[in-house]
Amino acid sequence: MNFDLRLPIGIMFSLFGAILTIFGLATNGGQIYKDHSLGININLGWGIVLLVFGLFMLTLALRGGKKKPGPPPPKP
Amino acid sequence: MQHIQLGNIDYAILIIYFVFVLSIGWILKRYMKGSTDFFLSGRSIPAWVTGLAFISANLGAQEVIGMAADGAKYGIMTSHFYWVGAIPAMVFLAIFMMPFYYGSKARSVPEYLKLRFDEKTRGLNAISFAVMTVFSSGVSMYALARLLEVLLHWNYNFSIAISAIIVLVYIFLGGLTSAIYNEVLQFFMIVLGFSPLVILAMKDVGGWHALVQKLSVVATDQHFAPGTWTESWKHMGSYAQNPMGADWFSMVAGLGFVLSFGYWCTDFLVVQRAMAADSMSSARRTPLIAAIPKMLFPALVILPGMIAIALHYSSGKTFLPIGADGTPDYNMTIPVMLAKYLPTGLLGVGFTALMASFMSGMAGNVTAFNTVWTYDIYQSYIAPTKSDKHYLWMGRWATVFGILISIGCAYLARQFNSIMDMLQLVFSFVNAPLFATFLLGMFWRRATGHGAFWGLLGGTAGAAVFHGMSMTHGQPVGIKGGWLAQMLGSHALTYNSEMGQTLWIAIVAWTSCFVLTILISLVTERNKTDEQLKGLVYSLTPKPETAHEPWYKRPVTVGIIVLACTVLLNIIFW
Repeated sequence: MNFDLRLPIGIMFSLFGAILTIFGLATNGGQIYKDHSLGININLGWGIVLLVFGLFMLTLALRGGKKKPGPPPPKP
Repeated sequence: MQHIQLGNIDYAILIIYFVFVLSIGWILKRYMKGSTDFFLSGRSIPAWVTGLAFISANLGAQEVIGMAADGAKYGIMTSHFYWVGAIPAMVFLAIFMMPFYYGSKARSVPEYLKLRFDEKTRGLNAISFAVMTVFSSGVSMYALARLLEVLLHWNYNFSIAISAIIVLVYIFLGGLTSAIYNEVLQFFMIVLGFSPLVILAMKDVGGWHALVQKLSVVATDQHFAPGTWTESWKHMGSYAQNPMGADWFSMVAGLGFVLSFGYWCTDFLVVQRAMAADSMSSARRTPLIAAIPKMLFPALVILPGMIAIALHYSSGKTFLPIGADGTPDYNMTIPVMLAKYLPTGLLGVGFTALMASFMSGMAGNVTAFNTVWTYDIYQSYIAPTKSDKHYLWMGRWATVFGILISIGCAYLARQFNSIMDMLQLVFSFVNAPLFATFLLGMFWRRATGHGAFWGLLGGTAGAAVFHGMSMTHGQPVGIKGGWLAQMLGSHALTYNSEMGQTLWIAIVAWTSCFVLTILISLVTERNKTDEQLKGLVYSLTPKPETAHEPWYKRPVTVGIIVLACTVLLNIIFW
């Protein structure tokens, strides 16, 4: 199979991470966080986590893609 | 009833997710050249992907919602499903059974039974399995549509249509590979979508020590010892000491041995993922890679239930909705917590994760169904000598009619809930003895085809008879048991909880099948020679050589580490 699964995983979670980070910045200190997440801006915090995870997967996919058959990737 | 309000951003995340799901199917379409590509992913998937798919195929929504519900109902004892049940079985599969499944080049679990025993044993297993999978997929669809109806006020028909179409499209295009890839996507969605929920809930309840304190109130209120919800083994001396109504023996033998080994080692739904691996080494590592996150999943799926019940009691019983019978509606635990702790934005991720897990539950069943239908029923009994292209075509259409029958089941479930309970009960009778057949088949060369076939039927009958002769305290005679005792006019054996009864039915089914298979095998002629059983029976098969592999790729080494960690977890939460 020539199709590296880490690529869509990386793109999708980077996208989710970016959306949540921007939305979190825009709504910082908003009522939704007092109502739900104990006053913590979890969209911003977890958005960054998703972004880092997504970019990490993307890096693995792009680096793995250069070598020919590609070594088995490490367990995530 | 609980209502969740999704914002635009949540819908955006949901839609993006399904665009990715469908695109994966579309990209994979050009790799589907023959039936092996479609049904077995051309045996070309790396171990980390099959490993995560292996665990994810089981992580359907019933699992997520059900485990949280059990966490609330029974507390940390629910983790026995993982630390006594799943993990040892997965290690056993990796070390002992995978060499036969992968090495024999059987394309399905029923096909292994044909190679090892005979045609009729395969037929019995293939047909019951095929019926079971379309039915389970229908139940998944029903549960999803029902939940969306309650939470979002979506139209039932609309939910059924949309979930059926998405699953149909991506499997029709990309076959098993598509299902596996999407299961891995779903794995990360569940882990990354539910982790913030657990972190926030844990913070809200005040940390582990505060949780222990609050759960002791829950336990004493229900007349159990204070630590019952937070100590997994201390209250298993007898069935009366814990809310599960099970003692340590029925737990270890019934759940740990019969049910778990039966499911993890013989159910084609999960084994198929390992069979798609790119090498014997990857196939054997598949369940081991799966075991590592599986070990930690109680924190993700059981802990929220424990926190929910603690908050339910400390909030004056308002945290969980109350059901019709006056007890909390435990199945709403996860939806309630999603709505409570996740603000719009992250709610989209959490909710998408939940929806994705319903669909992967369906997809797992559909891919197992189309394979067993095409190879074990269609190719074996209906059209044996067609071209490979023809079977690929058949597999695609089996996907279509499999989903159509599932839709039928989803409507049947809505109209006649009792028919569904009945069918589920019959399936549990069929499944319970299976592991005895495989164990004897793989480790005893004397086991014969007749022995296996009649042993399986005998085990199923044993389960049905024991069910008829036993019942759960306070339940009416009928679907919950006791029917045979009533017919015979005798007293039924009474259990404190359904769990206790279920575990004993499994033990009886397994034992009947085991004993019958041995007895019948001894009085019948062997139908396979030693030469024919090479690669199918332990003592006649060369052991896979792993000495040249680094330690982390050797199944035995990794298996021992996984088991040691599991023992440690049991001790920490003793």
